[in-house]
Amino acid sequence: MGQAEVQPQDLYEVFQERAYAMVDGEKIRQCLQCGTCSASCPFGEGMDYNTRKMIAAMRGGDFDEILSGHGIWLCTSCYTCTVRCPAKIPLTDIMIPVLRETAMLYEKGVPSELQKALENVARYGNPFGESPRKRINWVKETGVPVKILQKDKKPVNVLLIPECFCAYHQRAKNIIISLAKILHKLNVDFGIIGPDEKCIGDSKRLAGEFGLFEMLIEHNAKQLKKYNFDIIVTPDPHAYNALINEYPKFGYRYKVLHHTQYLSQRLADLEALFQNEFPYKVTYHDPCYLGRRNKVFDAPREILKSINGLKLIEMPRTKEDALCCGGGGGGVWLDSFSKEYIKERPAEKRVKEAVATGAEVLAVACPIDITMFEDAVKVLNLEGKIRVMDISEILLEAIGG
Amino acid sequence: MKIIVPIKMVPDLVEELEIDESGKRLDTSFLRFTINEADDHAIEEAVILKEKYGGEVTVIAPDIGEVDDVLYAAAAKGVDRLIKIMGDFEELDSHLYASILTEMIKDMQYDLILTGCEAITDLDGQTGIFLATNLSLPYIGLVSKYKKEDGSLCVNKEFPGGVYGEYKVELPAVLGVMAAEKPPRYVPVAKIRAAMKSAQIEEIDAPEIKVETGIEIEKMYVPEVGKGAEMIEGEPEEVAKKIAEALQNKGLL
Amino acid sequence: MKIFVFPEVYQGEVKEISFEILGLAQEIKEKTGGDLHVLLAGKGVKEFVPQFGLADKVLLLDNEKLEGVSPFIYQNILFQVLKDRAPELILFGHTSIGMDLAGFVALKLNFPMVAFCKNVKAENGHLMATSLICGGKILADVKIKDNKGVCLVLPGSYPAEKGKVEGTKEVEELSLSEIEEKIKFERFIIPEVEDIDITKENILVAVGRGIQNQENLEVAEELAQVLGGALAASRPVVDQGWLPLTRVVGRSGKSVKPKLYLSLGISGAPEHVEGMKDAGLIIAINTDPNAPIFQTAHYGVVGDIFDIVPALVEEIKARK
Repeated sequence: MGQAEVQPQDLYEVFQERAYAMVDGEKIRQCLQCGTCSASCPFGEGMDYNTRKMIAAMRGGDFDEILSGHGIWLCTSCYTCTVRCPAKIPLTDIMIPVLRETAMLYEKGVPSELQKALENVARYGNPFGESPRKRINWVKETGVPVKILQKDKKPVNVLLIPECFCAYHQRAKNIIISLAKILHKLNVDFGIIGPDEKCIGDSKRLAGEFGLFEMLIEHNAKQLKKYNFDIIVTPDPHAYNALINEYPKFGYRYKVLHHTQYLSQRLADLEALFQNEFPYKVTYHDPCYLGRRNKVFDAPREILKSINGLKLIEMPRTKEDALCCGGGGGGVWLDSFSKEYIKERPAEKRVKEAVATGAEVLAVACPIDITMFEDAVKVLNLEGKIRVMDISEILLEAIGG
Repeated sequence: MKIIVPIKMVPDLVEELEIDESGKRLDTSFLRFTINEADDHAIEEAVILKEKYGGEVTVIAPDIGEVDDVLYAAAAKGVDRLIKIMGDFEELDSHLYASILTEMIKDMQYDLILTGCEAITDLDGQTGIFLATNLSLPYIGLVSKYKKEDGSLCVNKEFPGGVYGEYKVELPAVLGVMAAEKPPRYVPVAKIRAAMKSAQIEEIDAPEIKVETGIEIEKMYVPEVGKGAEMIEGEPEEVAKKIAEALQNKGLL
Repeated sequence: MKIFVFPEVYQGEVKEISFEILGLAQEIKEKTGGDLHVLLAGKGVKEFVPQFGLADKVLLLDNEKLEGVSPFIYQNILFQVLKDRAPELILFGHTSIGMDLAGFVALKLNFPMVAFCKNVKAENGHLMATSLICGGKILADVKIKDNKGVCLVLPGSYPAEKGKVEGTKEVEELSLSEIEEKIKFERFIIPEVEDIDITKENILVAVGRGIQNQENLEVAEELAQVLGGALAASRPVVDQGWLPLTRVVGRSGKSVKPKLYLSLGISGAPEHVEGMKDAGLIIAINTDPNAPIFQTAHYGVVGDIFDIVPALVEEIKARK
């Protein structure tokens, strides 16, 4: 294919052509080298090239070095740099993913755990390498009827998209199970697609696999077209993000709500179902792609405040300033990879921050948050001191079910 | 170096394997096929050798399952020629496959044939050694290190205990690959899709050959699960207690 | 039945698999009558002849040129020896060496071949084999037509002890004819033994792909420490570079017989099981209820090693 003959300068040209062709990609040129991005980055201290240095290196003719380094693989797409950049450079959506893409296309190496996850998604539709048939295994654990549309094609009001983590992960599946039970108690007419559903793909896009992302969009859009539904509800902020921000770029528009948004709209009905108190101090962690990226801060808090006995405390780094759990953008697979470069993982920092508020429960609204934070709790030996729970799990406890 | 890499498509073990009604064959309804892992390494090694020493790589595959994806991924890595053997391959044992390959390869030009040393379905033996025998070529298997030297290849063959045997193999020869010198590289989907547009798969009809393996499967079955093990159930803490107790009882603590 | 056994002799010893297939051959011979012949070829192998007491005849080929088991030379020797002696059943170990030879012999003699054999026997006048295929997930009972065949027997399928009988019946000395050295043995490369020898450990905690990444080894290490044992691994873990090659248990690694073998996240493919199935107590933890390891283990748990192992570490600490 000839890439062995491409010179380093050529790779920079390749990168520029690709990045600048994307909307706002050219803003990379406007970098002031102020360093706000790298100072805000949860992994900045561990990167050989942090975001500011990446741009400096590009300008200085060291492009190739960036690609062979580890900095580009430490980014967990938390969006903090993008939100704070005074030049409005699309660092998270364009610069890092295109650097990663260039590294992969020109065989500069991709960490092997991430490679495996990507290969699994391409082949099995999920990063775990599990059979697609097992995507609906969680359903029988709910104990309530869940319509599987590809088996029985009837119209529904709500199409529930669990996404891969909720469908397959041992701990995260409790989120979708709780949500299904709640929807059942609310008499919501809902269903899931079934095993034909594949990864929505947001993290694959952020990991630089645009080709894979497009393949997933084509597949999922085709699936969605088959069925009749009013809205999509998902407990996964990355799926939410892709469906409202990325799929429309390809012409696919849907009405999508994160489960906290949907449930906060149904608060009156939920309150009628409350049977138990939830007498704990709770602090809420804003998931990067619900809060910072998509500005959904209030819905989750409204739900928590409505529960009797629940005392809501804010952490110092709250809302737009929330500290990433370290699992996004492929980060959940690169956990041990990143440990080589930083002393303390962001998830551990965040759990310590939660504990410092006096909270007994760390509430989350993202399946990756739940796995990252529970790991951190174990590592820090804080089991029994603080529980990590999704909002749907807290709600279910209040409802009693 | 002209390298030919024949590959096999085998049942993907991610899906649960079931036996069909006859009790003698795998149930194919939910079966997916994937490239034999050792063959994937053979392709990788062939491409690495080409990158080091120049030359051309040809991959040959039977028309089974998602073989097109496998061939395009190979093209995306740098394989030059893709050959798909067309035929009704309900059952492609190693004897038949090796005979088909022999017919096709005997008139081709090559320095080296690389193929996985073994596949999970090799009940009747391994394709690589059959092919070598048919072509009267030297064969050595479980190879994982390779270095070219004039008209030969210096290879490391794996023995138990982490021991390697170093051998000098005169070319042309057939090598049974255990592992490539590096794990198979990642091929981005975009590259595979580009290959789908630019690469050509040559479809060649399988020659009419009948080969007897001389064996007959009387019964195929799934080993009884847990027949060996006494299964311990319960929450992690309960399980931990039971295991610790068992260890204590055996004086292992 | 005229049975030929090919023992594996190199690096100055007769490997265990040789006795396993000898014992198996003997069992078949006791049922069918006939002869058991052994081809003992190598450099300096004459001294091993008395180890083959079960053989009716040992065909001995002791030659300097045969140090490293060059497949090309051995293929030729085997064919020369067997083509005129009317063998009926030829047994090899399903090993790195067996896989270089059996297929050649089978095709040249036009014999059926069966690989992955867990068992070979004569039943109701037929030669039958049972093979473990598809990564250990499927068993197949196979009839060998015309009762003539070449079988590759998986190590660990038959007790080696039954094949270890001292004595010498008949010895026929063969000479090596001129064979081109198309595959030339150069040398053995032995791994640096800075690391521990897992075959000498009483307690092994073995990790497989289920450990997921290098960092998670800590979890297994803690368990090994608290038990006073050592870490071992299945092949894939070592391929990733997470542990050295000296820790591999199985076909490409070592055979171990510790008092306790704790297998974490290992599926139990034949290549691994052959290296540990004789351990005193085998406890396996895997999330897949159909993992083949559960056939070999004494106790099994379908569960998450990251939940169970830390809890187990606590339990053990409490009991010490």
